[in-house]
Amino acid sequence: MSDLQTPASSPTAGAATSDAPSTATAASNASSAQAAGGRTFLPRNTLLRHLLVLVLCAVGAVVLLETTDLGFNAQVGYVAFYAIAAGGLTVLTGLNGQISLGHGALMAVGAYTTALLLDAEEPLPLVVVFLAAVALTSLVGAIVGVAAARLHGPYLAGATLALAVGLPGLALYYRSFLGGEQGLTVSSPDRPEWFTDVIRSLSGGSPSGVKWIAYISVACLLITYFLLANLMRSRVGRTWRAVRDQEVAAELAGIDLGRWRVLAFVVSAAAAGLAGAVLALVVRLTAPTGFTIVLSLSLLTAIVIGGLGSLLGALIGAALLVFLPRVLRDAGESLDMDAAQAAEISYVVYGVILVLVMLFAPAGLVGSIRLAWMKQRARRAAGGTTR
Amino acid sequence: MTRSSRRLVSFVAAATVATTLAACGGGDSGGGGGGGGGSEENEASDVGITEDTIKLGAHYPLTGVAAPGYSEIPTGVQAYFDFVNANGGVNGRQIEFTYRDDAYNPTNTSQIVNQLVLEDEVFAIMGGLGTPTHNAVTDFLNSEGVPDLFVASGSRLWDDPEEKPYTFGWQPDYEIEGKIIGQYVAENFPDAKVGLFLQGDDFGEDGAAGARQFLEDQIVEEQTYVPGNTDVRPQISALQAAGADLVLGFNVPSYTALSQLTALQLGYDPQWFYSNVGSDPALVGALLARFSEGQVSDASLLDGVLTTEYIPGVDTPDNPWTQLWQRAWEESGQEGELTNFRAYGMSQAYTMVQALQSAGQNPTRDDLVAAVEQAGSEWEGPGFAPFRYSEDKHAGYSGMLVSRITGTTAEDLTPVLVTDNGDAEIEELDREATTPPESGVPDEEPIN
Repeated sequence: MSDLQTPASSPTAGAATSDAPSTATAASNASSAQAAGGRTFLPRNTLLRHLLVLVLCAVGAVVLLETTDLGFNAQVGYVAFYAIAAGGLTVLTGLNGQISLGHGALMAVGAYTTALLLDAEEPLPLVVVFLAAVALTSLVGAIVGVAAARLHGPYLAGATLALAVGLPGLALYYRSFLGGEQGLTVSSPDRPEWFTDVIRSLSGGSPSGVKWIAYISVACLLITYFLLANLMRSRVGRTWRAVRDQEVAAELAGIDLGRWRVLAFVVSAAAAGLAGAVLALVVRLTAPTGFTIVLSLSLLTAIVIGGLGSLLGALIGAALLVFLPRVLRDAGESLDMDAAQAAEISYVVYGVILVLVMLFAPAGLVGSIRLAWMKQRARRAAGGTTR
Repeated sequence: MTRSSRRLVSFVAAATVATTLAACGGGDSGGGGGGGGGSEENEASDVGITEDTIKLGAHYPLTGVAAPGYSEIPTGVQAYFDFVNANGGVNGRQIEFTYRDDAYNPTNTSQIVNQLVLEDEVFAIMGGLGTPTHNAVTDFLNSEGVPDLFVASGSRLWDDPEEKPYTFGWQPDYEIEGKIIGQYVAENFPDAKVGLFLQGDDFGEDGAAGARQFLEDQIVEEQTYVPGNTDVRPQISALQAAGADLVLGFNVPSYTALSQLTALQLGYDPQWFYSNVGSDPALVGALLARFSEGQVSDASLLDGVLTTEYIPGVDTPDNPWTQLWQRAWEESGQEGELTNFRAYGMSQAYTMVQALQSAGQNPTRDDLVAAVEQAGSEWEGPGFAPFRYSEDKHAGYSGMLVSRITGTTAEDLTPVLVTDNGDAEIEELDREATTPPESGVPDEEPIN
């Protein structure tokens, strides 16, 4: 039913284009409705379908947060901000084919905005603070995007790398305003009455500050992914793919490459800004050492492992960023290593996993599963016609 | 679920305490109470405490740029706790010490401290290392009511009993170190033209503020470096150009090595005076060898450099405290040798054991905080000077002495000098040098 929507997904269409769609971005190409196969229970209308998924995920998130302990609730906040930033990056890299090593710095813009606004005597409502963080980061993203739209490959990587290295340094030069090396502490927003009441009636647990922040984070994550998913399935998303796969053909079709690239950067930066705002709440501090190049690189590894261009992949990648080091460290400690060795080994294993994914599943986890599933379906379809 | 059952446990525990107290009521007047004696039974008096264990947590940079040196501290802490555990623990409880890597990144710090408090359910956090890293968790620890003892950083952020009643500093803060250094220079080098080489954060700023109280007229140049930027040639040449013949460095060990190498290249040879943080000869020597790619092979460049000390280190192998650390280190059977960083960890662990003993047999988290506030200034430990702890002061050691590095040892130049923040006088400490108890384990009276 939906083959028309996804020209790149069928093997013949892929062969027809000369140098594009590579398997690396396979995860971004299948439509979400198609994933349910021919007998889908989901509505055909994209917006309705996404709304339904959004509601299901929201219910699932509430169940998850209420059935797990506070320690897990706290970890969910970390997954959420990594996932929001990775979601934005996966749109930029997976759909539009631009690379950014500077998303950590864009997160810093969102985080510092949040920290400064929440520090006021009478802080604005949290929603306004978050929107301000998103707006300011989008502006920075637009400026970077204008430069980035003219660059390709390693030059683009270099330019955004400079952003990642340079921007956190501003906090050191404007010490009195941005707090310098020791950073700005972020005052936790008060949790409203209704939240306390709802949680009490829902599970009877005591609604601590940690839980409130976990709910804010998850809400931000779901809203971001809902908006991004709609955008990806819309004309905008299709245009981005066109720009990524065939510049010449896209230009002949009347697409202004530069403008669409800048737009992708702005959308991606907005997500990074929101991620930074959530990070500020979750971590309770914004300091330059929190936004080093390592942050930008780990976002990139998250979307590569999860599958370029897939929001689900970005979420999986983000969850791996948070939970894999823990699991590896605990495994190391159970093998009688001391804490320092266990901490080191977790980096080694993470690197090895990244290399293995690149070698054996270049489309990432989600992309590979989707590719395998499509191959099987194609084979079944082919078998059907010959018989 | 777990929460309500925990509440049940604490209720039961409280009830048991009440009945035990009632039962002991008659016997207490008989005078058996002193010395943490055995009339009471051990109970799970708060989160992280059971009848026979106490759980403590910490965060350190075990990987990444800050790991060299600092990653050795927790091994020292662990070694001393092992030593105490082997000698019966604290009130019959074994100390379980859990430390995790934060790679000196505040995001990681908040994540692992969340985990230590909410999942591992530690009784207290101790010795959290680093100013930006620990700054990320003080709000959380104070809102959860978790004692946050003996932060391993000389920032003045930890001395804020109003806003952060559960947080305590440990080492002398950078401001009083600056004052002591400033006074020494003013008295002994009255004609020197002083240059300042500062790390661009509160470390450099507080240190300079302290030194300027005495050296305002002598300072000819102030230069700041940004941590992470490894080229300090502009700063060192500016100091040279200003004619500074005595340079005070408030910097971390890697910048001690970088400033030495750069000065060597520029042919600049002032009297150097590094603050305690940046002057560990063994680490600086190793860094010099690495940065110079083997051309400078040891710490000989540091010969004659002035610095400060506030706890005994491996440069004084005959000090009874160093001998105790040596013994504990050997008994722990961990790899490597006793270093100044391990001695630092053991000194912190010693203070922690004193705090736990003072908190009584069945302490709550608030008892532990009260114990530090009430008894902390009386504790005698490895530190040269007493602590400044009280109900309105959460700052650590009150003083240090000035010494000169000669080879791998150091020669004391002043008696122990004690002071406080602001314009408090600097005085000589009127106290005999402390020695560890025979057993190697402190024996503090409980406060209640």
